[in-house]
Amino acid sequence: MLATALVVGCGIGVFVTMRGTYDSLVRARQNYYSTTRFADVFAHLRRAPLSLSARLRRIPGVAALQTRVVEDVTLSIPGLTEPATGRLISLPGQPEAADALDQLYLTAGRLPAADSDSEALVSQTFAEANALGLGSHIGAVLNGRWKELTVVGFVLSPEYIYEIGPGMVFPDNRRFGVLWMNAEALATAFQMKGAFNDLAIATVHHASEPEVIDAVDRLLAPYGGTSAYGRAEQPSNRFLNDELGEIRINATYIPAIFLAVAAFLVYTLLARLVSIQRSQIGLLKSFGFRAWRIGVHYLELALLIVAGGLLLGLAAGIRFGVALIGVYRQYFHFPALAYRISLAVIGAAGAVALTAAIIGALSAVARSMRLAPAEAMRPEPPRSFRAGPLESLPLTRRLDPVSKSIARNLARRPWRAALSIIGIAMAVATVIVGRFVFDAVNHLMAMHFDAAERQDVTVIFQDIRSPSALASLRALPGVLRVEPFRIMPVRLRAGARSKTVSLVAVPPSGALFRVVDARGKPIELPPEGLVLTRKLAAILGVRPGDPLAVEQLDGRRRHFSARIVRLSDEPLGINAYMDNAALAAVLGEDAPISGARLQIDAHRAPQLYAQLKRTPAVAGVSIRSATVTTIRQIMNRSFIIMTLVMTGFGIILVIGVVYNSARIALSERGTELASLRVLGFTRTEVAQLLLGEQSLLVLAAIPTGYALGALFCRLLVPAFDRELFRLPFILTRSTFAFAALITLGAAVLAALLVGARIARLDLIAVLKSRE
Amino acid sequence: MNTQISPASPAPAPPVMRIRALSKVYRMGEIEVHALRSVDLDLYAGEFVVILGASGSGKSTLLNILGGLDTPSGGTLRYLDHDLSAANERSLTRYRREHVGFVFQFYNLLPSLTALENVELVTEIAPRARNAREVLELVGLTDRLNHFPAQLSGGEQQRVAIARALAKRPDVLLCDEPTGSLDFPTGRRVLQVLEQANRELGTLTVVITHNAAIAAMASRVIRLSSGRIGQTEVNATRAAAEEISW
Ligand SMILES: Nc1ncnc2c1ncn2[C@@H]1O[C@H](COP(=O)(O)OP(=O)(O)OP(=O)(O)O)[C@@H](O)[C@H]1O
Ligand SMILES: [Mg+2]
Repeated sequence: MLATALVVGCGIGVFVTMRGTYDSLVRARQNYYSTTRFADVFAHLRRAPLSLSARLRRIPGVAALQTRVVEDVTLSIPGLTEPATGRLISLPGQPEAADALDQLYLTAGRLPAADSDSEALVSQTFAEANALGLGSHIGAVLNGRWKELTVVGFVLSPEYIYEIGPGMVFPDNRRFGVLWMNAEALATAFQMKGAFNDLAIATVHHASEPEVIDAVDRLLAPYGGTSAYGRAEQPSNRFLNDELGEIRINATYIPAIFLAVAAFLVYTLLARLVSIQRSQIGLLKSFGFRAWRIGVHYLELALLIVAGGLLLGLAAGIRFGVALIGVYRQYFHFPALAYRISLAVIGAAGAVALTAAIIGALSAVARSMRLAPAEAMRPEPPRSFRAGPLESLPLTRRLDPVSKSIARNLARRPWRAALSIIGIAMAVATVIVGRFVFDAVNHLMAMHFDAAERQDVTVIFQDIRSPSALASLRALPGVLRVEPFRIMPVRLRAGARSKTVSLVAVPPSGALFRVVDARGKPIELPPEGLVLTRKLAAILGVRPGDPLAVEQLDGRRRHFSARIVRLSDEPLGINAYMDNAALAAVLGEDAPISGARLQIDAHRAPQLYAQLKRTPAVAGVSIRSATVTTIRQIMNRSFIIMTLVMTGFGIILVIGVVYNSARIALSERGTELASLRVLGFTRTEVAQLLLGEQSLLVLAAIPTGYALGALFCRLLVPAFDRELFRLPFILTRSTFAFAALITLGAAVLAALLVGARIARLDLIAVLKSRE
Repeated sequence: MNTQISPASPAPAPPVMRIRALSKVYRMGEIEVHALRSVDLDLYAGEFVVILGASGSGKSTLLNILGGLDTPSGGTLRYLDHDLSAANERSLTRYRREHVGFVFQFYNLLPSLTALENVELVTEIAPRARNAREVLELVGLTDRLNHFPAQLSGGEQQRVAIARALAKRPDVLLCDEPTGSLDFPTGRRVLQVLEQANRELGTLTVVITHNAAIAAMASRVIRLSSGRIGQTEVNATRAAAEEISW
């Protein structure tokens, strides 16, 4: 009974924890977005006169508009050997600040003085990651000139809840951060007086986002606009969506398993009670109690148990929810984030739990109602058994009586045995699913860093440069190998579908960067045509051999058509790839480059970094080891809770199912087992008989659970099939072994609990009565 | 009183069970129930002892203590040269396993095993076990070997239980109301089996019954009242089971 209530409690607990956390995060984001006026459409361009903003404002559907100057620069952060990348954003002028879009939330310090050209606000995350205090100085290369900036305040921005730098897939808060400065100061430094290069737009309520985007694109095209995008594509918001999506999966999937098992436990528990209490039921009925009164009694019992679990789950769930939100507060920088659980969630938890109770109770209640009084008062007739068909096999014929008894008891109630097996298999599967994400992430990391991106350092230039720039990179200290790349923003069109992505142009047989297939084998880039990430091909609905219309979104904005030659399977991001010579030929250019991948001598890294910090042409540097650590941290954070919870639940499930079914066996066959003790069977032997059955169930459940777990993971893979990353369907032997060990361990624990009851079997009572 | 010589052991021999000043007190809160009060009794190999007594007189209590299912509150109980009154759970289990055969009113067979397998269950663990088929033949169940308890009549089930008890070659066969839930002809059939086993194997047999008619079969009849041994009768001639009726 306690086990059942506990399992119900777990299901409800996880639901309340996860769903409450999810709701709280969504609500906090909602609040944050609306109070800070988070924009709906974003666009970046090369340079446009401020006068253009009046025309932009007249686009139908535009409610408000914010022009800005945004520049990525190399930063030198005290205490950080590597160069960092900073995104400098102009602050709105004083009169407009109140109704500006994407308003900042000042957590400490003050705004820069009105006329200051060196004071900056720094994102709180970046400041924390680098232990920057108010008043500390940051070196920056502004348009080729070294400048020292002073930190005067820390802020949160709805646009940069996650700060994802140029060319990065994941945030790296030490090496990429956002800074805000007076508009005047930035405009002066970057020769942007009277001009802007970045745009945020709030749309009216029912505006069509694609239409607004189209209109903006048309207006910005002559000014080097690189395709506007909505919130769905906004990096920080998209990342947040993905992370919240994970929490939501957890919030539905895990509790569902639990409540299914709880329903099963309620069923077995009541079935046992009805069979034990059949004579009382008969007595009550012969006294004239109505069948439904008795049925209601059992239903009430089920509801009572579930209500106990529900309360337990609510209490525990709310506590864990508060704790979990505390954890998330460190990751999601919302100004106000508190765990709040809505009545709807509590109601849903209650409804689901009660449904589980009713489903579980149904058949036992029905049976208690069907019992005829006379029949019920007679003790249950000796259960009839028969030799199964398997027993004629020579192997089974030689089994000892104890094993035969075990086998027949199982065979007699195949349905119940199957349910127990499914229950335990669910637990095995739960543990496997919990570990799967780790296996998958490990595999993903190996694919990405060992097969695809093998460079130590990636350098991104301010602007595209001629290939001759490679020579100066080669001349830097410690650089062993240099491989250029060009990243060109493009819009790919296939029929009605289109997608804005990066076209990555690289030398065809690079040693550092390679386009890879599903097994991590390098794909040779074809002399002409495109290679597309499989996910991108799916988004566009195209296959190898299909032509794509490619629209260059920077530079000369050329349009051309290219054929898809084959698909690639790198696990992170979505891209189109092309041989750099082929792209240069198509565009009629001399293969300009946006950056380069470097292999370096680790001993000389500090000198290299020092130089890069002061290289004006460099907009960003990303370092492999740092990236690996960051990705691991993020992945672990997203998944560790899921893994812990799933493993813990697996354990509880196994204990619940094994203990419960052993208890049922014990109460049904207590007389039998006690008479064995009378005959001189030792406790151990009797325990073997009882637990032998359970161990067979567990043994049968493990492979079943493997299959089930693999199936669940397979079903889960599409949930992790994102543009940002795709988890491969990978399960390692150690995961299977881990699941088996956990299951066996939990089963042994349950066995010990039941074993204690075998020791207490009352031998004499058994002889006195018949049941 | 202990001069009875059973047919199977013509020479005087030390008792198999030796009971001195045995008492059993059940404590239920404030109330003490004296189920047995200072019982002295010797039981010899080959004897067929019937214990009679009113309900609540302590018969089952005595039998359970004899069989190592329960421990006395006072006095001593020896089986050959083992002191059972001081034995722990483990050695009592071993005693039951190797030396004691039980037959109960409610057969207590494993419903999941056939007649043969129910007997084999015991022959597997007992050190000096007999062949299970032979014992079932002895109780006249050769044609029911592969029947499950649910497919056997009460009398047949009880005979399986007896076969199971005899299969280990017990030194003591303890029967608590073996005919209690059987009708007359079936009960008599069961008694015949007990008698035959006692005669042919020389097993010390102790039978508890409410049925005074059964006393005629005994070599010795012991009457219990209020936890004390009252009268003891030695039957010069034992009636055969067929001659008994009730
Ligand atoms: N576990 C127990 N707890 C308390 N009292 C008990 C217990 N077992 C037996 N008694 C008491 O001990 C006395 C002897 O019981 P016992 O079962 O030996 O009687 P019996 O002679 O076998 O009776 P019956 O012929 O009805 O089976 C009775 O008064 C009974 O109430
Ligand atoms: Mg009795």
